[in-house]
Amino acid sequence: MAEETLVRPLPQATTRPASRTRWGKRALQLNAFFAYFFLYAPIAILVIFSFSNSSFAGVWGGFTFDWYIRLFQNARLMEALRNSIYVALISTALATLIGTLVALGMERFRFKGRTSFDAVLYLPIVIPDIVMAVMLLLFFSTALQLINGLFGTALRMNLTTVIIAHVAFNIAFVAVVVRASLKSFDWRMEEAAQDLGANEWETFRRITLPLILPGILGGALLAFTLSLDDYVIAAFTTGPGFSTLPIEVFSRVRRSITPEINAISTIMLLASVLLVVASQLFQSRQQR
Amino acid sequence: MAITQPTFTPEAATPRRNWQLPLLLGPAAFWLFWFFLVPLVVILIYSFLTRSATGGVDWIFTLDNYARLLSDPIYVTILWRSVWIGGVATLICLLIAYPLALFIILQPAQWRSFYIFLVLIPFWTNMLVRTYAWMTILNNNGLINSFVTGLGGPRLTLINTEGAVLLGLVYGQLPFMVLPLYAAMDRFDFRMMEAASDLGANMWRAFLRVMLPMTVPGIAAGSVLVFILSAGNYIIPALLGGNKVTMIGNQLELWFRTAQNQPLGSAAAVLLMMMMVGGVMIYFRTTTEDDR
Repeated sequence: MAEETLVRPLPQATTRPASRTRWGKRALQLNAFFAYFFLYAPIAILVIFSFSNSSFAGVWGGFTFDWYIRLFQNARLMEALRNSIYVALISTALATLIGTLVALGMERFRFKGRTSFDAVLYLPIVIPDIVMAVMLLLFFSTALQLINGLFGTALRMNLTTVIIAHVAFNIAFVAVVVRASLKSFDWRMEEAAQDLGANEWETFRRITLPLILPGILGGALLAFTLSLDDYVIAAFTTGPGFSTLPIEVFSRVRRSITPEINAISTIMLLASVLLVVASQLFQSRQQR
Repeated sequence: MAITQPTFTPEAATPRRNWQLPLLLGPAAFWLFWFFLVPLVVILIYSFLTRSATGGVDWIFTLDNYARLLSDPIYVTILWRSVWIGGVATLICLLIAYPLALFIILQPAQWRSFYIFLVLIPFWTNMLVRTYAWMTILNNNGLINSFVTGLGGPRLTLINTEGAVLLGLVYGQLPFMVLPLYAAMDRFDFRMMEAASDLGANMWRAFLRVMLPMTVPGIAAGSVLVFILSAGNYIIPALLGGNKVTMIGNQLELWFRTAQNQPLGSAAAVLLMMMMVGGVMIYFRTTTEDDR
C-alpha cells in the first residue's frame, strides 16, 4: 500500500487554497513540528551516544570512535554481517526475478482463478511476520524430519532455509511495486514495436523491460531492505550457529545496552538512508 | 484512477500465446505453494492435534486448543491486550498522521517531496534499531533516568510497561500511517473545498463533510496496516515490554520455542491470521464503496 506512494507520479501543481484560518495553519505546523521531532529525536540520541566514551548508553563520557573500531574487530559481528548480505543478495535476486515474472503475468492476462491467485500472492504481506515465522518453522522442522527419516540424511535449518523464507514473502512485495509501474505502462508501445517488425522477445527486451526497469529496481531495493532488516522470520528459520546481523543485534540488546550497539545501529541507519536516496532516484527516473 | 489515460486492455493489443502464462506465473506458484500454502495447511492441521507428553504431537484430532485459547483467562488476557494496545496505537497514529499528511500536502511542491522524504527515512529504517533507540532513553539507567536521578529525583520505572510498548508501537508505525493518508489526500481535488465554501460551508464543515469522507480509503488503508503491524508485533513488546507486557506475538514464540506446545501455538497463529485477513476484507469493502 505504501509502495504505491513511492512510485506514484507527483500531482500537477494545482493551486491549493491554504487553510483559510490562521489558527488552523498554526495547529498544523505545530503538529508537524512535534511529529518530526518525535520521529527524529530518538534517532539523533542513538547516533550521538554511539560516540560516547562511556560504557553506559545513557551517560555522555566524551567523544570517541572506539566503538566503531571495536565493531570491525568483532569476528562474530562481521560474520553475521556477511551472512546478512549473503542472504539478502540471493533472496533479492530470486524474489525480483519471480516477482517480476508474476507481475507481468498478472497484468497481461485475464484467466480463470486470477482473483484467488491474487489473494494468495498478497497474503504474505497481510499476515504478521511472527505468524509467517512460526508457520515456516513448523514446516521446515517437519519436512526436514521427514526427509532425514526417509533418506538417512542429516539436513538442518541454516541460511538456505532463511533464504527460502525471505523469497516467500518478498515475491509479494516485488510484485506490488512492479505491478504499480506496469499500471502506467502504455501497452500500445508493444504493439507499435511489433508493427515495426520486432518479435515478442525483442519487444520485451528493447521496449517493455527498459521502461519498467525503474519499477523492478525499486522492487528489488525494497526486497533487499526487507531481507536485510528482518529479525523475526530469520530467527525462526535459521539453525544454531547461523546468525544474521539483526539476530546478533537482538540477542545483544536483550542482554545489555552498550554504545557498541549504538554504533552498529548507526551504521544500519546510514545504510537505510542510502537505500531511501537510491529508491528516490529510481522513482524520479520513472517519472520522466 | 485512470481518468487521464484512456482505458486500454493489454490482451486486446497482441494475441498472447498460451505458453507464456505458465512461464510467468509458474515460478511464483511453485514457491508460494511449497513455502506458503503447504506451511499454512501444516499449521492448520497442527492446530487440531493434541500435545504429547514429550512436547511433540499426538494424532488425536480435537478442538481443545481453540477452546482453551478463548476460555483460559491467561490467554484471553494476552489476546485482549494485543487487540487494545494495537487499537490504541492505531488511533494515536491516525490522530498524529492525518494532520501531518495534511500539512505536507498543503506545502509548495518542492517542499512536499522534502517532507515526504523525512517520513520515508524512518519508514525504511530497521524496526530493531528504532526500538533500541527508545530502550536507551527509557531504560533504568537510560537517558531520562540519568537525567532525573542527576537532579536528585527518584529512579522511574519507564521500560517494561504497557505505556512503553504503546509508545514504541506508535513510534514504529507512524510512517506506515502517514504514507497511505498522503496518497489519499494526493488524489483528493482541493478545489472541492473551494466549492464547498462557495456553497456556504465554513472550513471546518467543508473538511468534515467533504474532505474527511473522501479520504476514508486512506484512513482505512493506514489503520488496517498499522493495526496488523501493531497487534501482531513481536520485536517492540519483546524489547520495551520485557517479560512484563506479553502480547500474542511473544506468546507465540514461547509456545513454539520454549514451552514446546505446538498445537496450542498453531491454533493461536491461525486465530491471529484470521483476525488480520478479516481486517483486510473490511478494508477492501470500505475502499470499493468509496474509491471506485
